[in-house]
Amino acid sequence: MSADSKIALSARSQNWLPILELSVQEVFDIMLDCTVQPAATSERPARGEFTAMVGLAGSLCGILTLGCGSQAATRIATRMLGPEIANSKDQVCDALGELCNMVAGNFKNKLAGLDGQCILSVPTVVSGGEYSFHSLADGESLEAVLLFEGAPLVVRLELHS
Amino acid sequence: MGKLRALIVDDSSVMRKIVERSLRQAGIDLEQVVEASNGAEALGALRDHAVDLVLCDINMPVMGGLEFVRQVSTLELAEGVPIVMITTEGSESHVVEALSHGARGYIRKPFTSDQVKEHVLPLLDKKP
Repeated sequence: MSADSKIALSARSQNWLPILELSVQEVFDIMLDCTVQPAATSERPARGEFTAMVGLAGSLCGILTLGCGSQAATRIATRMLGPEIANSKDQVCDALGELCNMVAGNFKNKLAGLDGQCILSVPTVVSGGEYSFHSLADGESLEAVLLFEGAPLVVRLELHS
Repeated sequence: MGKLRALIVDDSSVMRKIVERSLRQAGIDLEQVVEASNGAEALGALRDHAVDLVLCDINMPVMGGLEFVRQVSTLELAEGVPIVMITTEGSESHVVEALSHGARGYIRKPFTSDQVKEHVLPLLDKKP
């Protein structure tokens, strides 16, 4: 990658952070009827994490992840489905995956010039107390941390160069 | 408009429940809800069940929503039944493609029950 393209990509990523935050806020507002606010990037989910991920391919290539603690994940599923339905880990994973999918779709739909040139993968959700997540994307990354009912949500976009 | 039978097609069971809830919140009286997790299952469901409305995702494993709509048209299944796409794939080209394959409406996720009402009710009122 040339120095010029690195600068261009970095600038693009910086401009995208508010768009990413807005995409998350809109999905939570519409689908969960709740407000999430940006938080300090030092906030991190508690152990017992969930990470939902959606791949992007085409003119925008990389992965978007949404991470949170298990209590926050359960509360998200409960808000989406109601307490009587969101009673299993499968449904919590399904809810988080769909949420991540909607954030990714909402984000790419807000970017100019991507019309029809970027497709999303089916979501995947990883859960557990002891895992590390490593993306092989070799380009820019940006991270938004937002608070959902006091618990941090970490949304990362990692791009291939 | 009497009680309706709806087919909801999405690989996420969570999303199928949310779509059903949104239909009810939109004031649609559902007599029966048939669920399918991909386009191939949905084709089978249409052979087994008479429905008045289909709501369908686009990105699904096995058979996606656009191929499902195309096959519904080719096989002359569910003639006159409106199909509305509900998907995160909100680009103009996807909308055009879905409508050209026979979909009658298009709702982008995330969506409100008001949006469901706005896009679905007019199609039901026009049903023969």
